[in-house]
Amino acid sequence: MAPEQWIAEHKIPVGAVMAAVVDVVRKHGLGVFDVITDSVGFCADGLTTLLLDLPPLLLVVAAMAGAWFLRRSVGLAALVALGLLFIINQGYWNETMATLSLILFSTVFCMAVGVPLGIACAHRPRLAQALQPLLDLMQTLPTFVYLIPTLILFGLGTVPGMISTIIFAVPAPIRMTQMGIARVPRSLIEAGEAFGATGRQILWKIELPAALPMIQAGLTQCIMLSLSMVVIAALVGAGGLGVPVVRALNTVQVDAGFESGFVIVLLAIMLDRVCRPKDSAS
Amino acid sequence: MSEGINAALEFRNVDILFDRGNRRGAIEAALARLDAGETREEIGRALKVTVGVAGANLAVARGEISVLMGLSGSGKSTLLRAANRLNRPIRGEVRIGNGLAWLDIARCDDDTLRTLRKTRIAMVFQQFGLLPWRTVRDNVGFGLELRGMAPSIRRDIVAEKLELVGLANWADAHVHELSGGMQQRVGLARAFATDADILLMDEPFSALDPLIRRKLQDELLDLQKRLKKTILFVSHDIDEALKIGSRITIMREGRIVQTGTPDDIALRPVDDYVAEFIRHMNPLPTIVAAAVMRRFQDLPRRPDGMLDGGRIAIAPDAATATIADRALAIRPHGAWTQGALCVVPAQLSLGEIIALRQRSGLPVLVEVEGRLVGLCDDADILQALCGEARFRAG
Repeated sequence: MAPEQWIAEHKIPVGAVMAAVVDVVRKHGLGVFDVITDSVGFCADGLTTLLLDLPPLLLVVAAMAGAWFLRRSVGLAALVALGLLFIINQGYWNETMATLSLILFSTVFCMAVGVPLGIACAHRPRLAQALQPLLDLMQTLPTFVYLIPTLILFGLGTVPGMISTIIFAVPAPIRMTQMGIARVPRSLIEAGEAFGATGRQILWKIELPAALPMIQAGLTQCIMLSLSMVVIAALVGAGGLGVPVVRALNTVQVDAGFESGFVIVLLAIMLDRVCRPKDSAS
Repeated sequence: MSEGINAALEFRNVDILFDRGNRRGAIEAALARLDAGETREEIGRALKVTVGVAGANLAVARGEISVLMGLSGSGKSTLLRAANRLNRPIRGEVRIGNGLAWLDIARCDDDTLRTLRKTRIAMVFQQFGLLPWRTVRDNVGFGLELRGMAPSIRRDIVAEKLELVGLANWADAHVHELSGGMQQRVGLARAFATDADILLMDEPFSALDPLIRRKLQDELLDLQKRLKKTILFVSHDIDEALKIGSRITIMREGRIVQTGTPDDIALRPVDDYVAEFIRHMNPLPTIVAAAVMRRFQDLPRRPDGMLDGGRIAIAPDAATATIADRALAIRPHGAWTQGALCVVPAQLSLGEIIALRQRSGLPVLVEVEGRLVGLCDDADILQALCGEARFRAG
């Protein structure tokens, strides 16, 4: 018997182990996952319904005002208004709102988890070391691979799409926050200590403001990564702009494919320009 | 200790060591070797432990500016940072007096330490340590904010301190809009704002260009006359130390080599290391006429009974003088007039003596308590510049 044959015959059951793990989790945690599915699905779908109930033009004006308020740039406000009008014109308003609520939910969740975790990692190098391989895995494991267990655990719909999106996007805010906090100059921390700051005061008055540009960059990245997941989310039944792309792919419709593609790109550009950190950070 | 009564801050047998290798027991082993008299190179090589400061004893009296001097790596900043426990001594005490009792900063609990840092000890940093996203006002008010003081009260104190450092019009500017000198003034105002009586200054002017540095030194001396803080000041610049220090401590390889007044250091260095610093100082503002002059009692007498001062001859009673058989009037105190020798006080600096000598073209006479005691001619001035005369006066 050739050695390679022997190696091949004694297969290490990597896949089988993972399948067994998912199976056990499914059997014993089904109630928990049902609760998550129901509550998250209810909130996300509720937000989508709310956005769709409002008159689109009112939302366009609100988005324009919001862009102006955040960035004080006439050009950007105009870009947002024109972009949203173009989306209405192309007939993708409903899908855009569904995508927007999915992104909003996953981004809020990612930031709520990512920023505290990033701070903890920056303060505890051991934790950062332990988390490093997990974060690498989350970002490099092909999305379709963990789509299968999420599908089993959460069923079809918005929630498995959102869970996959979160798994893919949450490493960005964790890493960026950690980097931002770790790069705060030692001299600033010492200035705080020398004037009697407590640990909490140093965090809130020195570390977080100093790391803010990086955290903001993490937010932008998180949004972009979420957006890049819309097509995959559509595959497992989440609504939004991914749906027409998948449909166009299945029916080989070039025009519909490009329309929805452009709308996604437009949404990405608008969100990026509004959320990206200001240049005067350094 | 007789000095202890007036001392505001006192270091007693302070050892500060840093463990680079994180090996268990390394610090204890290093202390044992330190006590056995090993040098810090040996300890560093054997145990991966850096000896920052070893056996430091220093008392800083209330209201004085005490300067720590040394080359980089001599432990001066390390010792300074022990005063507010940014570096924690492994052994020894850092005592701060509150008028009634001593408190050991090295061992007190964290709450006490924070209270001390908020109210008693302020710090000024070499790289300013200002928060770039804040305005000047919010930077100056930082220490008060940490205390939880209400913004309305803070505002008045901040305005007062900004006035003090001459930045009243810059309260709403951002730090990056200010020059280096102005940024360090903000750092000073921030330190003054908490009304701490002890000020730690870690090479505060080293990052500034020389002109601005001298200006800020003058301003600090000026402020100190009014505020009378207890200042511990780290510098690597002997001229700065001699200019602002009421006491100077020279450090070398983590140990204190000499502590004394500027005169002690400049005129009576204990060893070659200290003397080497002095050799590199700028003599013009530091050396005084008393150290430059040739004393009349050392001058030879000419056959006619006059004192032989080289180019000039002086009557034994020092009432008249002649130069090349021309009689000259002697004019007291500085003001030089045509055809007269000028007389200067013994504390006049070498720089000013040279200027007078140059304008009059004649030697400069030195008086002490109304009596002429010596003269400074070219040879004396050159000798002072070369360094040989520096240790002669006393």
